[in-house]
Amino acid sequence: MRFMMLMYPGIDTSAEEWEPSAEDVGAMSRYNEELNKAGVLLSLDGLRAPVDGARVRFSGGTPAVTDGPFAEAKEVVGGYWLIQASSKEEAVEWATRCPANEGDFIEVRRVFEMEDFPEDVQEAAQLSERPPEQT
Amino acid sequence: MSDAAEPSRAVEAVWRIESARLIAGLARMTGDVGLAEDLAQDALVAALEKWPESGVPDNPGAWLMATAKNRAIDLARRGRRFEDRREQLAREAGMRMAMDAAEHEATAAGLGDDLLGLVFTCCHPLLSTEARVALTLRLLGGLGTEEIARAFLVSESTVAQRIVRAKRTLKEAHAPFETPQGAELDERLPSVLEVIYLIFNEGYAATAGESWMRLDLCEEALRLGRVLAGLTPKQPEVHGLVALMEIQASRARARIGPDGEPVLLLDQDRARWDPLLVRRGLAALERAEKLGRGAFGPYTVQAAIAACHARARSAEETEWVRIAALYDALAQLTPSPVVELNRAVAVGMAFGPEAGLELADALAAGGELDGYHLLHSVRADLLAKLGRSEEARSEFERAAAMTENARERELLLGRAVALGSAEDG
Repeated sequence: MRFMMLMYPGIDTSAEEWEPSAEDVGAMSRYNEELNKAGVLLSLDGLRAPVDGARVRFSGGTPAVTDGPFAEAKEVVGGYWLIQASSKEEAVEWATRCPANEGDFIEVRRVFEMEDFPEDVQEAAQLSERPPEQT
Repeated sequence: MSDAAEPSRAVEAVWRIESARLIAGLARMTGDVGLAEDLAQDALVAALEKWPESGVPDNPGAWLMATAKNRAIDLARRGRRFEDRREQLAREAGMRMAMDAAEHEATAAGLGDDLLGLVFTCCHPLLSTEARVALTLRLLGGLGTEEIARAFLVSESTVAQRIVRAKRTLKEAHAPFETPQGAELDERLPSVLEVIYLIFNEGYAATAGESWMRLDLCEEALRLGRVLAGLTPKQPEVHGLVALMEIQASRARARIGPDGEPVLLLDQDRARWDPLLVRRGLAALERAEKLGRGAFGPYTVQAAIAACHARARSAEETEWVRIAALYDALAQLTPSPVVELNRAVAVGMAFGPEAGLELADALAAGGELDGYHLLHSVRADLLAKLGRSEEARSEFERAAAMTENARERELLLGRAVALGSAEDG
């Protein structure tokens, strides 16, 4: 099973605060290494500040674009880990080991497997997927 | 800490993560993996009692280790009165533990050494392959006896017996708990890789229409491979094996059709290959090739073959000439009729059916693959391509009669019928 651990930093969404300290980065690197050594880490990424991003909202027929930072947003994703685990509890246990800061939270979500879908959805998915680009 | 309705599942999760390191550390101190596992199990029982009330401690690994050590010391004390062999061992262990420098376990290098020691002990050459597999899943994977039994379709008592016997064999042979170094490591590594790949294949070969446990087995083999790659980062073949497993696992979804029937590699919908695993596999292969400096082992060569398929955007774009060359290399590294048969297929694709058939015919003449249905289905396919429909049809029929897989039989008979109708019509 795959789980995504979504990190929501408990900080203001302004750009200056978004950059982590060297100390935080060091602690996080050790954590990532621990996941890696355990053979469970599949991929991870850290996201730049919301000020560099945008939100595209769908309502009333026309997509509406709002550039970041998102004044109204209290919670924004700061990064994610994709891990392999044998149960939700195992994924949660890994999440609890994260050297997070006061006020941060991690949402643990199981990734859909194609087999979770009914047949018609699986067929529709086949039409939309394309072979991966390889070099 | 957790408000989960089933606190025991939280303890189980910790066990999955911590048990291998815990057992490895205890095995180094006691010199006996059997005793180490008993002590670790005792610590687990204690955790199951305490944690639901007290919550999972901040450092559950350290808690389990401390509890296991106390248990060992406890056993050693009682051993003064009960001169039982096991308790004697435990007493010695307790003494060693008391002397054991605390800094050893604090260093990541120390932990890695212990874990690697456990890997090599589980895959000790004294043990049968089955015993190695069971011990590896149990001590390194943290799997319960019933999970292993389910995965290998054998009874729980069979697995339990294999594990007990394996531990006894190790003990009686006084197999030292240590990580082989240098040339000995090179010599013993293949048996470790074999065990991991066996576990992977047990899951992979049976995915068709089977329960989830089998795919879990593939994931566990992959995880063990990645752990080993972290422990022995300079061994090219470890990365080669990881690459091979990642790329093969990337096709898991595509190799089963909607009705549970097997879908052959060239017929698979490549859109269903998992791009993340493909990417990880290609990266691992690159590491293996860099470390191998031109001298590639069998896993790296097989991974390179798998990578050729992974890189081709369609079956038509497959680099068959390269694949044929790689099978040639593989046939020299690990000569076997099955490899030779694969080489015949690749040569047929690269240089035409005639060249492929020549190899397949030589194999058939050798007689080593008598009764192996794939030899006949390969010959049939090559004959069909050469327009020798009559011979092709009878070879498809022979192959169909030999296979034990009903789905495959249907497929082969279907091809035989198609050839017949083409001629009749």
